[in-house]
Amino acid sequence: MAPWRMAVMLAICIATSALTSAPVFAADESPMPKLDIGKGGKCVDDPKFMRKNHMDVLKHQRDETMRQGIRGGKYSLAACVDCHASKKNNSVLGSNENFCQGCHEYVEVKIDCFECHSSKRKVVAEVSK
Amino acid sequence: MQSTSFSRLESRYFYAFAAACAMVAGIGYLASHYMEEHGHIVTGMNNTIVWGMPHVFAIFMIVAASGVLNVASIGSVFGKAVYKARAPLSGLLCIGLLAGGLMVLMLDLGRPDRFIVAATHYNPTSVFAWNVLLYSGMFSLVAIYLWTLLEKRFNSWSKPAGLMVFAWRFILTTGTGLIFAFLVARQAYGSALLPPMFIVLSFAWGLAVFLLAQAAIYAWNRETLDPAILKRMRNLLGVFIIGALYLVAAYHLTNLYFAKQTGFERFILVDGGTYPWLFWAGYVVFGSLLPLLLIYHPSLGKTRSVVAASLLVIIGSLALLYVFIIGGQAYPLAIFPGFEASSSFGDGQIAAYKPSLPEFLLGIGGIGVALLITTVGVRVFNMLPHDAALPQGVHGETH
Amino acid sequence: MSDTNLDRRQFLGRASVALAGLAIAPGMLLYEFSQARPLGEAASGKVRWGMLIDTNQCESGCNDCVTACNEENGLSGGTAPTDAQWIRKVELKDTGSGRITSLPVMCQHCASPPCVDVCPTGASFKRADGIVLVDKHICIGCRYCMMACPYKARSFVHETLTDQLTDVPRGKGTVESCTLCVHRVDKGQETTACAEACARGGHHAILFGNLNDPDSEISKRVRAVATTQIRADLGLNTGVRYQGI
Repeated sequence: MAPWRMAVMLAICIATSALTSAPVFAADESPMPKLDIGKGGKCVDDPKFMRKNHMDVLKHQRDETMRQGIRGGKYSLAACVDCHASKKNNSVLGSNENFCQGCHEYVEVKIDCFECHSSKRKVVAEVSK
Repeated sequence: MQSTSFSRLESRYFYAFAAACAMVAGIGYLASHYMEEHGHIVTGMNNTIVWGMPHVFAIFMIVAASGVLNVASIGSVFGKAVYKARAPLSGLLCIGLLAGGLMVLMLDLGRPDRFIVAATHYNPTSVFAWNVLLYSGMFSLVAIYLWTLLEKRFNSWSKPAGLMVFAWRFILTTGTGLIFAFLVARQAYGSALLPPMFIVLSFAWGLAVFLLAQAAIYAWNRETLDPAILKRMRNLLGVFIIGALYLVAAYHLTNLYFAKQTGFERFILVDGGTYPWLFWAGYVVFGSLLPLLLIYHPSLGKTRSVVAASLLVIIGSLALLYVFIIGGQAYPLAIFPGFEASSSFGDGQIAAYKPSLPEFLLGIGGIGVALLITTVGVRVFNMLPHDAALPQGVHGETH
Repeated sequence: MSDTNLDRRQFLGRASVALAGLAIAPGMLLYEFSQARPLGEAASGKVRWGMLIDTNQCESGCNDCVTACNEENGLSGGTAPTDAQWIRKVELKDTGSGRITSLPVMCQHCASPPCVDVCPTGASFKRADGIVLVDKHICIGCRYCMMACPYKARSFVHETLTDQLTDVPRGKGTVESCTLCVHRVDKGQETTACAEACARGGHHAILFGNLNDPDSEISKRVRAVATTQIRADLGLNTGVRYQGI
């Protein structure tokens, strides 16, 4: 293959990869979604950390709870919902303003939690978790 | 292989048939999508009949996939030239059937989206998990075997590869039988006879599938199969049918001998409505005796009779599997021996099952996949059995 | 004066210690007797949760345990063949004598559970304290466990569910069964919804407790009266025992 052809190929490769990754760069600059954070308050961890790692800490704790019965840990899905369910519909889902759905729509990641787990705040006043 | 001496499938036929197969497979996929979307509520399956129509088709294909390799084994392992010429087609059919069967099993899962979990989380005590290994191993072994057959330079490797495949498929069908054999609490299953029974059933079903595929390929190429070869293969099918009948009879007789299982046998063989009908008329008469007549009657046994016999064997096999899988679950579990039980959850009652269209289409879709893979493979790899070089010895060899 | 003062001080001192002791003791005693484990601690094999069902106390036609289970776990209560039933009332008629017995059947929480053996992904598992559960995060919905269970204890979720309870996640395409009210057990409660309802109805046919603790009520009863395991011939060593069948 002639060198110039290789150069063309290379250019095409770089161009396509740049184009496909463009939305990622754009996302950094576009405004963050307006989220209804529900009760809000102080999160169990640094919000920046949570934004990036919530799935991992939730998964880690879920396995301990599920397999060993360790409850009351710091990173509980029920606690997420309890704080962040919207005061309007009592849920973290429902619209693009709701806490979980809003952000997951924004980053285009499917949530698999709420097919089984409740997305609603336990309305009944409960003893501390 | 001397590809120039093959006459290729006619293009028209090929494209039309491949498109038809792809459509059947596509409909099957859509059906499974519908099932996934709505849940198993749109099937006839329920909390008592937990495995239904898709499993009948899937298990048929998986068992036949192993049996169809007989032809290759007789060729490569036992060195029979007539069968060796057919080994590539036999291997291809195996891959097609296995793919079709596994697709059906996978798409019937409650969470087909999590199929990959079956590979990432592995429970070593589960027969199902063993089978995941056995199936994937089968794919790669048969692929290697085909490679040694089709690539001239590796022809000398075809015997050891064939031997591996031969051993693997026995283990594979044993594994399929064990899925049921390990279910100790159920009257219909939990029998050590099941793995050998499935192996012998696989011989008959696989050969029937092979004979059909072979007849179709010859017909499309307007060629005729050497009557001597036809006779040998059809007689082999006859022997397999008799062997299968024997093991099915042994399975039911042992069950009848255990006093606590006579109720179940009565249900399956006498008063269970659909199930005895399917067993006696579907499997015994149409699936076994009639094919035997077509094979052995002196004035029959020509190509058309053999095709009819093979078709009947396949229909009979589906009837038998329906009785085995669904009938086996329909009869209530003996949770409280010595008592008549009743409850809101079907205790002590015969469970009803009415297969729905989507689950049926899913099963048929698997057959579409198997046919598609075979059709495309036969054309791409030129797998028409070629006997021109070996007219001698055919009549003399026995087995 | 000083004497009396001293006496008074001594008295006060002693009294306050005693009072403190009185205040703390019940807690400590409770902790001692009810192996309740702190929230952050893992379930241990020193405990084996089980139930004893006295069929003589179980009333035919009474469905209190079933209703309570449905409510506790958010089940619909429907009885179609595709509906989940974690506990059911079974009526037995002795084919010889004609004697009628009524009893609830649920997951028997076997020590050697066939469902755990056959599960391809390990989603079916047994916790250290003997509770058999399904990890719905890795259940692929193959239903092999339902084929293997000798007690027909498991249900498959056939439809999309909504409004699940926070404590009891469940969803379409996965298999489920009695959890022995694991969410209660983990919070230190020592009764299940069914046992509680049965007692509330005045029957006291279901006794929940720790089979490994020789001093627990259930252990004492199992020692004192003849109990049976269903399908004991299979040798699964069930955690649920029956009396009177």
